[in-house]
Amino acid sequence: MQSSRPGPVILIVATAVALFLLMPLIAVVPVSFTPARFLSMPSGNLSLRHYQALIDNPAWAQSILLSLRIGILSSATATALATLFGLGIWMFQPRFSALLIGFVLLPLVVPPVVSAMTLYFLMTTLSAFNNWIGYDTWLGVALAHAVMITPFAVVLILVALYQVDRRIDLAARGLGASLATRAFKVIIPNIKFGIATAALLSFVLSWEEIGVTLFITSVNAITLPRLMWMGLRDNIDPAIAAISVLLILVTAIILGIRIFFERRAAAKSQ
Amino acid sequence: MPAKSATSRKIMLLAPLLLFLGLAYVVPFLGVVRWSFTLPEPGLGQYRALFTDPLVQSVFFRTLRICLIVTAASLTMAYAIAYVWVRGSSLQRTLAEFCILVPFWISVLTRAFGWLAMLSNRGLINTWLQSAGIIAEPLALARNEFGVIIGMTHFLIPFAVFPIASAMRSIDERVLLAARGMGASRTRIFWTIFVPLTYGGLIGAALIVFVFALGFFVTPAILGGGRSVMVAELVYLRIFQSPDWGLGAAISVVLVLFIGILLALMRRFIKPAHLVG
Repeated sequence: MQSSRPGPVILIVATAVALFLLMPLIAVVPVSFTPARFLSMPSGNLSLRHYQALIDNPAWAQSILLSLRIGILSSATATALATLFGLGIWMFQPRFSALLIGFVLLPLVVPPVVSAMTLYFLMTTLSAFNNWIGYDTWLGVALAHAVMITPFAVVLILVALYQVDRRIDLAARGLGASLATRAFKVIIPNIKFGIATAALLSFVLSWEEIGVTLFITSVNAITLPRLMWMGLRDNIDPAIAAISVLLILVTAIILGIRIFFERRAAAKSQ
Repeated sequence: MPAKSATSRKIMLLAPLLLFLGLAYVVPFLGVVRWSFTLPEPGLGQYRALFTDPLVQSVFFRTLRICLIVTAASLTMAYAIAYVWVRGSSLQRTLAEFCILVPFWISVLTRAFGWLAMLSNRGLINTWLQSAGIIAEPLALARNEFGVIIGMTHFLIPFAVFPIASAMRSIDERVLLAARGMGASRTRIFWTIFVPLTYGGLIGAALIVFVFALGFFVTPAILGGGRSVMVAELVYLRIFQSPDWGLGAAISVVLVLFIGILLALMRRFIKPAHLVG
């Protein structure tokens, strides 16, 4: 029972903040239907030409496929590495846990532009040795994204692990279960929701990543955000509005799925 | 399976990620550090330039000013919506959560573009104001510092909400009841009890927002239109427009040192779980 509900003043301010948060997402919708070639509000006539442009110009479909591929690979890598690391921290509680966790969170707290420059260095160095992973290659982008999204996966998996009751692991251990049995049969089933959330968030973060991608790609590995960036800098292409509307819809659907599974998990645990 | 010592099993689990980040992140960062001392020529020239070049200086001061304004604005706005998210009725809570999480999950590019659609000359606000006859010429709302501040504040509000809301949730309800029982007014309870009990969350939020704002370059690049360059964008320009990798590297090193010291001093206020919602 809460003793004090928000008063009128704070409700008015919060409503203004809510509008501020949603307005730019709403403003994209009318712009996407403008008949003009430039960013403008449609006056009277609506047009689907910018949606048509997304279909007619193969660059959009190509970049979407590329971003999907990079997102799946980097999210799988990050989730796997983060799960192993999380299990190590949780099962063994090593002496320098806090330091180790701080270390793996580095790409999260270091300014994106510094990470971008660091990964630019890595990619140009790798390019000197091979043609597969390096500057402006899709595997290079996937590697860079994996570096950037791993900290998020680690946080989500650790949060899930800290909610696991240690006694079930102790019981398994007492009954003579091996490390692999404890990990795969006891602990992972208890954090599978956390692992799934980590994989999903990692994928979305890679799918949206622009800061680092901008530094390590030029003409071959054009991800979707990279393509949008090109249309945003100077003359703004209203096709960006059309793709933005679609992205906002996809995000809303993914968020809906997440909330659905969260509700279901919460209902199950009761 | 042969018997293994606990240490080797521990290493088996922890090592892959540590090695991965060590090789793909820490080692290349050392390469960047080396650039800062060797490009274009060996020495401390780039660091000297950081402290004497008037252009770099003006970018530093602008960055600091924008970051402080953005931090203050996002904290204030986050506080209001976090309060409703934590203490509102069930419907108010759901609506607040929706308004916080939807923008949080949408890409920085889409959000920056959304602000262009709002603020540019033919955008929503100018179109409305002109058709209503309030202004004759469009207001310059985007492609300047104002646009940058609006766009960054919008991006950072959710990051400020999470630690603040967490602090609000952990307040002991009985403290507030006691104050009410002793006859304190709503306003008095809010300002002298509720707000001070959330200082920890506010400081955590301020740190996260300030640190993120420092390293931002996508939003300023799009909404600033090259006219309101911040430190991070300067690094980008130094690498891709006027190749001067040494200066870009030196700025990166200084940024990392500054943020490292800031976070080390204030680490008890930061909870990693707050960064993912």
